[in-house]
Formats: sequence, structure tokens, C-alpha cells
Amino acid sequence: MATSFIPKRSIGLEGKEPPPPPEPKSAAGFIKKPKLGSGRARKREIPEGLWTKCPKCSTMIYDKELDDNLKVCPRCSHHFPIGARERIHALVETCSFEEMDPQLISVDILGFTGVAAYADKLESYQRSTGLKDAVVTGIGRIGPYRVGLGVMDFSFLGGSMGSVVGEKLTHLIESATDKGLGLVIVSTSGGARMYEGMFSLMQMAKTAAALAYHAQSRLPYISVLTHPTTAGVMASFATLGDLIIAEPGAMIGFAGPRVIKDTTQAELPPGFQTAEFLQERGLIDSIVSRKEMKERLIQYLGFLLHSQRHGIAAS
Amino acid sequence: MKHYLDFEKPIQELQRKLDEMRRHPQMHSLEISLDDEVLQIEKKIAETRRDVFSNLTAWQRVQMARHPKRPYTLDYLGTTFSDFEELHGDRAYSDDRAVVGGFARLQGEPILVVGTQKGRDTKENILRNFGSAHPEGYRKALRLMRLAEKFQLPIVTLIDTAGAYPGIGAEERHIAEAIAVNLREMMLLSVPIVAVVLGEGGSGGALGLGVADRVLILENAYYSVISPEGCAAILWKDRSAAPKAAEALKITAKDLLELKLVDEIVPEPLGGAHNDLPTMAETLRVYLLRHLHEVEAVPPDARLRQRYQKFRSFGHFDEAVPSPPENG
Repeated sequence: MATSFIPKRSIGLEGKEPPPPPEPKSAAGFIKKPKLGSGRARKREIPEGLWTKCPKCSTMIYDKELDDNLKVCPRCSHHFPIGARERIHALVETCSFEEMDPQLISVDILGFTGVAAYADKLESYQRSTGLKDAVVTGIGRIGPYRVGLGVMDFSFLGGSMGSVVGEKLTHLIESATDKGLGLVIVSTSGGARMYEGMFSLMQMAKTAAALAYHAQSRLPYISVLTHPTTAGVMASFATLGDLIIAEPGAMIGFAGPRVIKDTTQAELPPGFQTAEFLQERGLIDSIVSRKEMKERLIQYLGFLLHSQRHGIAAS
Repeated sequence: MKHYLDFEKPIQELQRKLDEMRRHPQMHSLEISLDDEVLQIEKKIAETRRDVFSNLTAWQRVQMARHPKRPYTLDYLGTTFSDFEELHGDRAYSDDRAVVGGFARLQGEPILVVGTQKGRDTKENILRNFGSAHPEGYRKALRLMRLAEKFQLPIVTLIDTAGAYPGIGAEERHIAEAIAVNLREMMLLSVPIVAVVLGEGGSGGALGLGVADRVLILENAYYSVISPEGCAAILWKDRSAAPKAAEALKITAKDLLELKLVDEIVPEPLGGAHNDLPTMAETLRVYLLRHLHEVEAVPPDARLRQRYQKFRSFGHFDEAVPSPPENG
């Protein structure tokens, strides 16, 4: 399950692209950002941390510009990782989001002591991310539609699903069912969290169970897959959407590519386990850029909720 | 030839002595009676066996679960069950032979069985893909379980797989989706479902047949979120740390019962299920019938509620000091 757990490098920089060259040198880059390619001396004056180099097109992007652009490269549309709170902010109407279970935290139920103790890991990730765990859930308005919204964050222990992620999502789904609301869950995860052993595996069944009853109430669920979504999360709530949407270029799959290579001793086909590859093979309804995500979700919800629309507008 | 695991060496050594002694009178035709000594050694073997098998480590259990002679799903279908009528195919792509399923009778009562199936030798292992199913296996299982729902047959699932297959075709045909759909749909089947982990309960590949009213596990089986080797490779950066990972992950029947993740342990004959299949098969039948009857006695509505509550309750967490909710 937890095959691609805790990658060493920042996940946004992973993938088939080689590490960016030391300096931007393409003519196009020069034209677009003349200040940047114009020489070493000037570059040295740039304070650290204000600029980010796009791993795909090597353009230097001013961090504020990147933030304003929802962490999408303005030149090549490469999607950088984005935190759960930033994403929620980008999706919901201002001040409409009421967070659920913000206080839930993981416990080291197995007393897991490997190379590092689970309890220590949790503490350091809580400090570094400002999050309590790998998902933020709540009820908010997307356009005119009140929905249950769950957004995962890869920066917290690889977005892995343990008891807290499973519980928060299950509670969110149940609340949506009770309140007659649609659901949007944005996934990014390395899979089930090893440190909680079988409790983590059971979160797959638990979230799927809650979705069974949500679906039985004929309420819509849109699953949004972002880079990367794999393993236990893919084999549970992430693939159970009425619609399955993906961000462009996202790595999506069940087993990790290295495991597959080692097991099959075969070359992996080009583009294997990308959103585009999976759309071609029938899993993904549509690939939607992050910048258009909100607008498209409103469109989809409009169709899926058309029979309830009156009630929602009135509430 | 009997297959001995490393930790069974003391038993093997005594057994060798005993065999030799039994041959002795014929070979030398001496008048000396060795009866007393034979009895002594037999007693010693029994003691050593009890000793070895009552103190197995998590890693030794994993070896027992993977024992090459361990009975597989079809072995039980020919013993615990009768009248097995195999049904093939997912009606969409193929017949995945890593999953078997069909009608069977349990002490005369009609049921539907699905289970993962390993191969006994290389040739069969190629056919069965070493018991690791492709998406078609999970879709076949669901097709058969829906058949059971339609015609009101109780379902028994038998789990023994290292995991779902990590292959190119499996990804291209969306194995994750196939497993996820099983998790969701098994939750809504109104007929009784009893799942048994026979040997290896390998992660999502096992859970894909594991949503049930009762989850039983054989004494020497294991059920884990990730293989001990996989966990060792990631956390210890060393596959040979698998015994440590097996211990840390709490994957043995005993651990899982203590954590209330399984309902009951099905005891195995001394030395493991492979040591005495007839006894094992009979024990399994008794356990299955009892659990099926208990679940059948519950009205369908309540049964579904209880199944939901069972899985709903899994998980341990805490509440931090509340902080004001953030608004977006």
C-alpha cells in the first residue's frame, strides 16, 4: 500500500524531467523575463527564497507571482504542489468554509519504533507544516453550492492515510449524507500510513463504506486527483467519485513505478501512470487545470445537483 | 520430503533420530528393545513442537503463512466445503486464475465462495500469478458476490495473497478502482459475509475481499498494510530488516485480535495447517458455520448497520487543545 511513502525530495520536482539546468538560457525565457537571464552578477543579487525555478521549463518565477497563479507556472502551466489551506482558499467562497474536526491528531497506537519513532515524526511534521495531519475537511460553498470539501496535503507525511485522515474524511462524508450535500475530495497521497499498521488499511474500507451510503442517497461526489495520488488512497475513496477529475501531469497509480519495474522486469510505457495516460485508458473523466478547477467544479455540480438546485438556492 | 523452516530444525533433528531408531531393529535384527527410547524421543518431539510453535515470532508466523505446503483456497474447497462448482470470468476482460469462485456447500448449506489462489508449483504459479490478482480477479469476485446477493446465498471469502499484482496491465486496467469498488459494494450486500485470512493477508489486495460481517484469521496467518519486506525497505532502507518490520507492524493473528481488528482466531493443528489438513479443514468448517449462523440470525437491515459500524469504528486518534476554526 504505502509504496511511494515519504519521498526524499520535494514531490513537485520528481518525475521524468531531469533536474533543471543551472541557469535559464532559452531565448523565450530571456524575452519573457529579461531581468533574469541577463547575467550572473545580477542573479547573485536576487535574495534567496523569492524566486522559484520551474522544473519543467526552467523559467525563474517570482514567488508572489507563483502564489497568485495558484502555484501554476505562468509560462508552461507546470503544476507545483499546493498546500491544503491554499487550495481550499482557491476553491471556496470567502468566509464560507467551516472546518470540521480541526483538533484531531494521530496517536502512536502500535508503539511504532523503527528507524524513527512515529510520535517524533508526527511532532516534527506538525511543526513544519502547521497542520495537525494530512487532510483538512469542512463544509464550504463553491459558487452557489454548499458541499463537503476534503483536501489532502502531501507535505504532511506524504499525505499518508492513517486513522485521523480516515476519520476526518468519513465524518465529512457522513455529514454530507446527513445534510444532503455533494462532496468534493482533492487527493494527494503516497498511500496508507505504515506507522498505524492495519488501522491504516481499514481506513480504506471505512471511507469507502461512508461513500456507499452517500451514493445511495444519490448525492454527487467529485474526486479530484492531484500529484501524486497512489496506493491505498487510490484503492479507496479517490477512485469512487461519480466524476474523477485530475490535474494535468499528475502521477496517479496503485503500485509505485519502481515496484512495478522490479516485479515485472519490463520497461514502463511512456507517460505511464500520468493523468493523461489514465484518461486515455478510461479512468479519468476530465483533466482540469488548477486555474480552471473552481469554475469546472461549479459547472459539474450544476448538472449533478440540478434536481436539488432549487432547494440549495433557497437554503 | 517434508519441508522444514529454519526454526523447525530442533524438531527435524529429533525426527531424524527417531526415524533412524525405528529402522534400526530391521537393519541389525538385534534383540534389544528400543521401545523405551523411542517413547522418550517421541515425547521430546511433542514437547519441542509445543515449545517452538507456542513462541513463534511475527516473522516466523509470516514464514508459516508462506509455507510452500500450506493449504490454499482450493484445498479447503475440496475438504471444508463440498460440491464446489467453479464459475469463471469477469464478463468484461478475462478469467483471472489468481481468484477462484463459485457455488459450494458447507455441511449441505448452499453458499458462494470467492478466494485468492496460489500455485503449488512453478507451472501452476504462472497460471495463478502467485496468487496476486489483476483487476479482473476483483471484478470477477464482485460479479459473483452480486450473484449471491441476487439469489440470497451467504458469502465466504478466503484470503491468501501477498497483494494485488503490481504490473503494467494491472495499472492500465485500474486495479485500484477495482479494489475500491469492492470495498464500497461489499458494504451494501445484504447477505451474510464471512471472510477468512488463510495465509497471507497482503494489504489492499486482501482487503478487496475482506469487507465482511465477520473477519476470521488462521492462527499462523498474517494481515498487514504492507509486506514486512516493503516496510523494511522504506523505513529501514534494508529489506533484510523485515523481521523487525513484521514485529513493529503488529500483523499476527494474536496482535490483530488484541487490537480488535479481527473477530476470532481459527486454531491450527500443532506445527501448522499443512501438518494436518483434515483437522484444519474440519476446524474451519465448525468456525465458519458458527459465524455464518450468528450473522444469519440478524435481520438484514441490522446486519448492514452492524457491518458499517464494525468498519466505522476502526481507528485511534486524539483531540488536541481546540484552536479556533480557520475560515477560507
